[in-house]
Amino acid sequence: MGELTSLLPSVPVADNLLAARELMAFTLGFHIILACVGVALPAMMLIAEFKGRRNDDEVALDLAKRWSKAAAVLFAVGAVTGTVLSFEMGLLWPRFMERFGDVFGTGFAIEGIFFFTEAIFIAIYIYGWKRIEGWKHWWTGVPIFIAGIGGAFSVVAVNSWMNQPRGYELDAAGNPINVEPLGALFNPATAYEFPHMLLAAYMVVGFGLASVYAIGMLRNPAKRSDRRHRLGLLIPLTVACVLTPVQLFVGDTAARGVADHQPSKFAGFECIQETGPDQTEWIGGICTEDGVKYGIGIPGLDSFLVGFSTDTVVTGLDQIPEDEQPPAKTLLHLAFDAMVGIGFALLALAAWLGFAWWRKRDIPKTKWFLRAVALSGIGAVIAMEAGWVVTEVGRQPWIVYEVMRTEDAVTSAGGLWFWFGGAILLYATLGTVAVFALRRIARRQEAGGDIDRGGPYAPPPEAGTTTGAAR
Amino acid sequence: MSKADAVAAILVAGATLYAVFGGADFGAGVWELLALRSRDRALRERIERRVMLSLGPVWEANHVWLIFTLVVLWTGFPEAFAAIMETLYLPLALAALGIVLRGSGFAFGHTFTAAGAQRANAVFAVSSLITPFFLGCVVGAIAAGEVEAGGTGSPFGWVGPLPIVIGVLFVSSCAYVASVFLLDDCRRAGEDDLEAYFLKRSIAAAVLAGALAAAGLIVLRSDARAIFDGLFDEGLPFVIASALLGLLTLGGLVRGWSRALRPLAIGAVVAVVAGWAVAQYPYLLPETLTVDQGAGDDATLTALIVVFVLALAIVGPALVLLFRLAQRQALD
Repeated sequence: MGELTSLLPSVPVADNLLAARELMAFTLGFHIILACVGVALPAMMLIAEFKGRRNDDEVALDLAKRWSKAAAVLFAVGAVTGTVLSFEMGLLWPRFMERFGDVFGTGFAIEGIFFFTEAIFIAIYIYGWKRIEGWKHWWTGVPIFIAGIGGAFSVVAVNSWMNQPRGYELDAAGNPINVEPLGALFNPATAYEFPHMLLAAYMVVGFGLASVYAIGMLRNPAKRSDRRHRLGLLIPLTVACVLTPVQLFVGDTAARGVADHQPSKFAGFECIQETGPDQTEWIGGICTEDGVKYGIGIPGLDSFLVGFSTDTVVTGLDQIPEDEQPPAKTLLHLAFDAMVGIGFALLALAAWLGFAWWRKRDIPKTKWFLRAVALSGIGAVIAMEAGWVVTEVGRQPWIVYEVMRTEDAVTSAGGLWFWFGGAILLYATLGTVAVFALRRIARRQEAGGDIDRGGPYAPPPEAGTTTGAAR
Repeated sequence: MSKADAVAAILVAGATLYAVFGGADFGAGVWELLALRSRDRALRERIERRVMLSLGPVWEANHVWLIFTLVVLWTGFPEAFAAIMETLYLPLALAALGIVLRGSGFAFGHTFTAAGAQRANAVFAVSSLITPFFLGCVVGAIAAGEVEAGGTGSPFGWVGPLPIVIGVLFVSSCAYVASVFLLDDCRRAGEDDLEAYFLKRSIAAAVLAGALAAAGLIVLRSDARAIFDGLFDEGLPFVIASALLGLLTLGGLVRGWSRALRPLAIGAVVAVVAGWAVAQYPYLLPETLTVDQGAGDDATLTALIVVFVLALAIVGPALVLLFRLAQRQALD
């Protein structure tokens, strides 16, 4: 095989590192949206079904059914894109897995139980619409809801561990000994990363689902008074709006946690050059070695946010050796600002809805409200992705913060750029077809089709309608 | 039995469950692929529908066994996981590609109608060949000693007689298990002609898988002597059991047995995997890394055992409930 091997020359580490990071970022960035759906959509289904069963509300029950159909398609795609990530852990970062797999791996093993629970009960829930009666059916959905929270916890805890590695000691050769699996899972960063991501998932799904109905109501004025559309908008939007202020509080705590635990990350995204008190909070702009240019500065606010006093000393990049600073500080800074900015915009939307509901027990009548809701879904997704950019790029050059450098973790295998290109093509196709599939389901439902059949996990349509000329 | 041995046994259990249940799902796709050539459109559609009915509720749960196996491998035996992933990245990446195409093809095949469903089903069918074949190559390459602890080895080490034969064996045994499952589902649903269709194919697949297993033994003797010797030493009871169960299944198929077929077919596959595991023991990576050498931290091994027991307690009953419901759906 010697002649074949020479076709794949060993690749310089720097080149492989960038390719592996881009590939991981792309596939993770894609999957995380589907993961949000898996975590948070079950709650929306359960709320709608609860309302439907308690008030004998056919419209609410119908919504729960429709959402479970969409969930089925997205869960299926999420299951396979998630599998790709578990392969990539080893394919891209073998040295990391080799050294620390037994320290953080228990989190993934626990996640396995939740993944099983989700896979089994989503099938029972969807299959059960016609076969499991009344409240018993509602209860079959509860394990999916719990599995979403538990799964999010165990996976995010592993990411937190990469930011705040705990639960082991290093021997003289640098290998972990005396592992405490629970100590690894319950590291200091889990306390803020997990709630931050869980709330983000609920916001992405809440605003995202509401935006689908808002777009429908904008396009077709008749739908604005249609009860199903109003309820379909209100249930997820209410959940998201109630959680938005909580998220801003949790995010604020998380930022203080990062300032405390990972000063290099904090100094990177805030572009703090010199250590000291009275740090200016910069909004927008680009990060240069002389600080932020072209941004709006609020003197002392950064120090105040970190320690509730403008006298708080904040670590700057001058304290971080150059080869331990995160890269792309302008990107980090703008990603952080985008996340926070969108968070405040969503808070304003929540206040608008809250005010209208308080005064008139109704959603605001103006088209501008629907337009804002229509934008909120994509906004929440952008905010979440930006947050992950801050977490992941901000942790660089470390794969395990201050313990293992990412360049020491990467594979020596060749052809990563080729796989990256292939992944973009594959996922672009997958995303497009998934959107078509969702529209297809929606259209079939609008046309009054049998919504109990069709879709993954569910019984197929009656014989002859699957692929035949009947449709 | 050391803790590391217990975790290795958990690993084998996960892999076996994936081989049986995940394998049956892949095999169903293989039958759909073979039916694509048929001119009989009505037959093709009925087979697609049968596959949908049989797989619909269970496919994702069956798929999770793969994730479970991967996670136990990297948590319990990180060094082996890293060496396998870094050396055999080509077949592994292709297997992952097959998983993406198959899962999404299946989901979209359920969602679209007419031409869209046909295309998605074709993707599902073709990719059902890809994943078992390349996973078989990975297992074969490990057996042939192509993956060395710590070393990276040749990225093309899996292109050899043993990995290829094991790859083809994986595909054929998936098809074999699937045809027995589908046959049983057809019988319960009273679809006599489809039952006869899968009966013929079950017999053919059983003969083919048996022949490939025998061929595998010959290649094993030259390319992985240690495992070959192990199979006829500690592994002998399992080899005999798998041969007997295989012959019994074949006899049962010919004699028209019904209820016993499914357990017999499962038993044959379980015996093969178990025999292999016993033969390869104590090596994770023949012959450079043993189970004990490759094992992770002691506390982690304990945690994995606890998680496995919890998984059985929580997932087991739920899985049984799901399989029962799925069986009822198969009667639709």
